[in-house]
Amino acid sequence: MSVDAMATVKQTFFQECEEQLAELEAGLLAIERGEAEPDTVNAVFRAVHSIKGGAGAFSLEELVQFAHVFETTLDHLRTGALEPSADVLGVMLRAADLLADLVVAARDGLAVDGERSDVLVAELNALSPGGAADAEAEEDDMSDFSFTPVTVAFDFSDSAADAGRSFTVSFKPKPELYAKGNETALVLRELERLGQMEIICDASDLPLLGELDPEGAYLEWAIKLTTEKGEDAIREVFEFVEWDCSLSIQADDAETGSTDDALAALLRSIQADETVVPVALPDAAPPPAIEEPDPSAAAAKTGAARNEPGAAAPQTIRADLERVDRLIDLVGELVINQAMLSQRVIEAGHVPGSAVAIGLDELEQLTREIQECVMAIRAQAVKSVFQRMPRLVREVAGMTGKSVRLITDGEGTEVDKTVIDRLTDPLTHMIRNAIDHGLEKPEVRVAAGKPAEGVVRLSAMHRSGRIVIEVADDGAGIDRQRVKALAAGKGLIAADAPLTDEEIDNLIFLPGFSTASEVSNISGRGVGMDVVKRSIQSLGGRLSIASRPGKGSTFTMSLPLTLAVLDGMVVTVADQTLVVPLTAIIETLQPKAADVHGLGGSARVIAIRDAFTPLVDIGRELDFRSAATDPLAGVAILVETEGGRRSALLVDTIQGQRQVVIKSLESNYRHVPGIAAATILGDGRVALILDVDAVIANSQSDVTNLEPVLAAAG
Amino acid sequence: MSATILTVDDSRTMREMLKLALSQAGYRVIQAEDGVHGLEVLKGESPQVIVTDINMPRMDGFGFIEQVRSDAAYRGIPILVLTTESDAEKKDRARRAGATGWIVKPFDPAKLIDAIRRVAA
Repeated sequence: MSVDAMATVKQTFFQECEEQLAELEAGLLAIERGEAEPDTVNAVFRAVHSIKGGAGAFSLEELVQFAHVFETTLDHLRTGALEPSADVLGVMLRAADLLADLVVAARDGLAVDGERSDVLVAELNALSPGGAADAEAEEDDMSDFSFTPVTVAFDFSDSAADAGRSFTVSFKPKPELYAKGNETALVLRELERLGQMEIICDASDLPLLGELDPEGAYLEWAIKLTTEKGEDAIREVFEFVEWDCSLSIQADDAETGSTDDALAALLRSIQADETVVPVALPDAAPPPAIEEPDPSAAAAKTGAARNEPGAAAPQTIRADLERVDRLIDLVGELVINQAMLSQRVIEAGHVPGSAVAIGLDELEQLTREIQECVMAIRAQAVKSVFQRMPRLVREVAGMTGKSVRLITDGEGTEVDKTVIDRLTDPLTHMIRNAIDHGLEKPEVRVAAGKPAEGVVRLSAMHRSGRIVIEVADDGAGIDRQRVKALAAGKGLIAADAPLTDEEIDNLIFLPGFSTASEVSNISGRGVGMDVVKRSIQSLGGRLSIASRPGKGSTFTMSLPLTLAVLDGMVVTVADQTLVVPLTAIIETLQPKAADVHGLGGSARVIAIRDAFTPLVDIGRELDFRSAATDPLAGVAILVETEGGRRSALLVDTIQGQRQVVIKSLESNYRHVPGIAAATILGDGRVALILDVDAVIANSQSDVTNLEPVLAAAG
Repeated sequence: MSATILTVDDSRTMREMLKLALSQAGYRVIQAEDGVHGLEVLKGESPQVIVTDINMPRMDGFGFIEQVRSDAAYRGIPILVLTTESDAEKKDRARRAGATGWIVKPFDPAKLIDAIRRVAA
């Protein structure tokens, strides 16, 4: 096999290992929670078994050895010899973690912590019923199986000098041999590969045709074989059939004459019978009595099978991600191109309803469908990220001495792969944070009347075109006095700043803020929540916190489902074209003089259905113009932020609703406050996509004079 | 026409290894992921040899062999079982279920082709 091809298979192996490990962990956790299905333990066993099998193929000895011990213990669990107690599962979960590490070590060619695996091997063996001795022996089998080469002198060299040795083989198949799909002819053909061979078929038992059982076995072969190979090689030829035949293999004496005599005698006795057939290979075998399937029926079945490919197992292909990305890029260009074309058609004077315009509408429909399909290719369930968290929770819980249960929800929620890929780090950090800072020590919890075991809940859901992921703990909540004092101490806020609870909670997102008095090696690592927040923002997402003292905190991140396209409302502000994400918009309205009220300074509110809503002048917020716009001349767009706050954005005119392809402003230019990204419109112009939350947060800071706090929090 | 071989294994790695080795030896390879899937694939194909794993979800190798052997249309197809050296008991059970022969994992391609040749006309 070529090296390249093997390398590809090896890559597959490690990919599959990841899946198996995830399955293993999920299965063990299900057993631990008592939610196991009948097949769960088998699936868990199979996962380890498969890893062992593949590792064997690539001679990854350390992996094979550990997987073997693990598998042996799991087998006891499978047969019921071992009860799935909490202790047992604890060991198994740690074994699963080690197995994962061994896989990574094997993949990256890293050294393995032998001590750690020795400890777990011992623990696993100790679990095996029948005592450690048994398991020990098995382990010895695996690890200490070395041997000293021994020189074996064979004494038949003289007789075997040229042609090799002679054997007389008598072979009488039983019907079972044919029933299992073996064929005499093939066995004899294999035998012939060993050397020179003479075959006599004894068909004396063959009944008359009327009495012949088509699936019976009536023939016997007498074979004289001269080979340089030994008896073992001959036995090996009969390896598959030795139970299903009468077989005798006899080495002829160096005095070959006697064998010849014996054979001659046999030949004579056979020749006396008329039914003896001299045999020539390969058509020596009796028909193995197989009903040939009707070819036309088979062909019909082929058609049917193609129509329902693997009804139960959905067929998948694995495609190079680069190709998918290229496809997405191209579809993005197609969308832009189609928009440009529409524009040209209108400019060329084609009225809506004209043949060209209708054709274009259809094109638009198709383009959108193609885009959705392509996006769906990239969509992945967050499961792949969530699956990594139980281990993290175990580790952090172990390090902090806290007892933690992780509950996950909505693992099937799908989101674009780019989002998935960049979700792990912030999520890891948030969960670490929840355990390290959020949850109290067991004794503190018990004293506060809570269960000793803390709960961290990780959930995902789709909400209005975005994915919302929450990390909630039932810990102590944010110590607001301490947070405020710390922030003041670091000069982040004025000591007497009048802050609401929400504003205080948001202080933890400020750069340079850390509530841990000493840098903990768990949450710490020099990374604060500000970094988490920034990384989420760079994905077009937001992070917010809700905390209740004594009850716990909930971090909520909301992310776009895709980083590639956006449904937006195209608006004009001070001759600039802007795009407002449609997901944020509730309604649009024409402000009336009676509804708009000044609040002093430039701040204004608008009454919308009996509620006063801040009116945000986009032109001023983005510094497109310095003077306030006349609200009555513009259009108000009522939007809602992630936090559920409503504001009305004042723009000049609305151009229409359009799907736009998102182009990163940060990677092509730099981050601009209040702007999420950019896009290219049908006329080829660049339009900026508004970051609604940031603009609103910024405008509120004007009102409350808490700029440093809320700008960072927005 | 090159002979067709059906491989039944739930491990993608194994399937790929089998496919690689077999197709390099000139065989046409069709694949199934477990016993149930294997039987479905058999409805539309008539492979000359089947190579199957034992430990699989939904329907394991034993069940698969029994099903194949009990169907007049397929029962003459030689079936090779993938086993590990330590699985003497499994090998025996596979044989009793009607397996034609076996391939010991981890296999090297030459051994695999060897075993195929020993059962394929």
